[in-house]
Amino acid sequence: MTDLATDTGTSPSGVRGEVPRPKRLAGALVRSIRTSAPVAPFALYVLLGLGIPTLVIIIFAFRSNAGHFTTDNMKTILSGGQYLTGFETSLKLAFVTSVASGVVGTFVAYAIATSKHDLFKRLIAATSGVLANFGGVNLAFMFIASFGPAGIATKWLASAGINPWNHGFNLYRFWGVAFVYMYFQLPLMVLIITPAFHGLRESWREAAENLGASSWRYWRHVGLPVLMPSVLGSMLLLFGSGFAAYATAEALTTGTIALTPIQIGAILQGNVLAGQANIAYALGFMMIVILLITVLAYSLLRRRSSKWLR
Amino acid sequence: MASLDLDYTLDSVEPMEPFDRGRRRKIRWGRGIILAAAALYFIIPFYAAMQFSLEDIQGHFSLQPLTELFSQPGFLSATWLSTQLAVVTMVLTMLLMVPTVIYVHLRMPRFRPAMEAITTLPIIIPPIVLIVGVLEASPLWLKSSPYLLALVYVVLAMPFVYRSLDAGLGALDVKTLVEASRSLGSNWFSTIVRVLVPNLRSALLSASVLTLALVFGEFTMASLDNWTTIPVWIAFAPTVNPRINTLVAMIFLLVTVVVLMLLVSFDRSQSRRTRSN
Repeated sequence: MTDLATDTGTSPSGVRGEVPRPKRLAGALVRSIRTSAPVAPFALYVLLGLGIPTLVIIIFAFRSNAGHFTTDNMKTILSGGQYLTGFETSLKLAFVTSVASGVVGTFVAYAIATSKHDLFKRLIAATSGVLANFGGVNLAFMFIASFGPAGIATKWLASAGINPWNHGFNLYRFWGVAFVYMYFQLPLMVLIITPAFHGLRESWREAAENLGASSWRYWRHVGLPVLMPSVLGSMLLLFGSGFAAYATAEALTTGTIALTPIQIGAILQGNVLAGQANIAYALGFMMIVILLITVLAYSLLRRRSSKWLR
Repeated sequence: MASLDLDYTLDSVEPMEPFDRGRRRKIRWGRGIILAAAALYFIIPFYAAMQFSLEDIQGHFSLQPLTELFSQPGFLSATWLSTQLAVVTMVLTMLLMVPTVIYVHLRMPRFRPAMEAITTLPIIIPPIVLIVGVLEASPLWLKSSPYLLALVYVVLAMPFVYRSLDAGLGALDVKTLVEASRSLGSNWFSTIVRVLVPNLRSALLSASVLTLALVFGEFTMASLDNWTTIPVWIAFAPTVNPRINTLVAMIFLLVTVVVLMLLVSFDRSQSRRTRSN
């Protein structure tokens, strides 16, 4: 406060800034540190709990067993073989489940968002929150008990004459895992896309209708363009969560499906040749790179969607 | 279509009902089909797994697995460990997140997008990669303690705790509340504890239940850190009867959903707020 007063008081155009400017800068710095100080514990926690571990992975990814810098780990992975196949399967699984859950989830979220029952909406939001976090072993056991070879739902279908296991369905293979992943991907989509529907203003529809637009044209020219960045952004998040998931596939297939996270887990638990730990870090590093690209794309889309939706 | 348009112009006098009735009905049908299909997908596996775990060899309903559960070796100690972790995680999460999110809302709104981006990271950083980094980076005394898991679970809980708090604060007139409280002479601590937290009750409650669900369901990190929490027990327990493991998984899911639903439906403050919006 005081330095501001002296600043404006004593400096006619030319002389300004010899002494006061650094002072002012320092003052601004102190002020900005002071305003952001209460966020420090959070920032520190994120740094220690998320930043440092990530950094450790990156460093170890480029280290040989003897502790020197090397790119051999990367070369081993990229030269083909099981690890590259693992990435392929993981990416394919994440892509398939995120697109399917994303499209279906958008319709479900729309159906819920346009409902008039307030309590119903909030109950769905609460359930989605639980189901989006419901994964891993519990989820795998539920599907084994229902759609496994001896599962109850399989029995129902079999007694109706269509045993899915006789028609190419296998819960423990790619499409079976994808089927299970939707159980947490779909609620996650509903959870993150719903705010976008609340941002679609009724006045836009009214304006479109007053100009003679049909429902189809309203969606084609107003609704979809406004929603698209949010929908794509949410799908990217689903892609990330599907790509990163480990426990569900591990418990479901007992590690027989070749996904990158499962390969990392196998190395860490010593199920593979000794001395390969650095390969696990390299795999982890590559996953982080892919996910980082995903987040960057997501934040770009978010910026775009915030143009229309608050 | 033409008749529908006519309908619409007649109806448009009513400001709240811009749709014509025909379309309303069509939308309602579409909505019903979509919701029913989604509901089936979510209910069938759950119901089937319930029946699987509560059925004896002859196919009759039996509560015996439930009674056998408590005598299973390791079940009680796993539950106790998970409970401890859940309590520590919840307390830490609240202490860390509540003041930070309130402060950012009030004083650093420009930091909000950054907060949102940071709290998105735990959704996509692979838990298996994160725990490896954590185990490598942490000192030995911390590594040998189960509470290391609680510390990491705080990070995992951030995405939905932040979103829940952010939405809760967005529904309040925080500025007026804080100014009123401050001008009546209370300090920041009591403003948060006695004014804001009670107003955020529902957001905090649902965030807590989700945190509980997280801790009682997290398998990846617990298993790699070699602690037998409930999910690890479910996966590896040497039970004679696999139905028991499934039953435990289903019970935890059921309890979380029911508790959250009860919270939501008994929470009147929230419904009043949304109606006024």
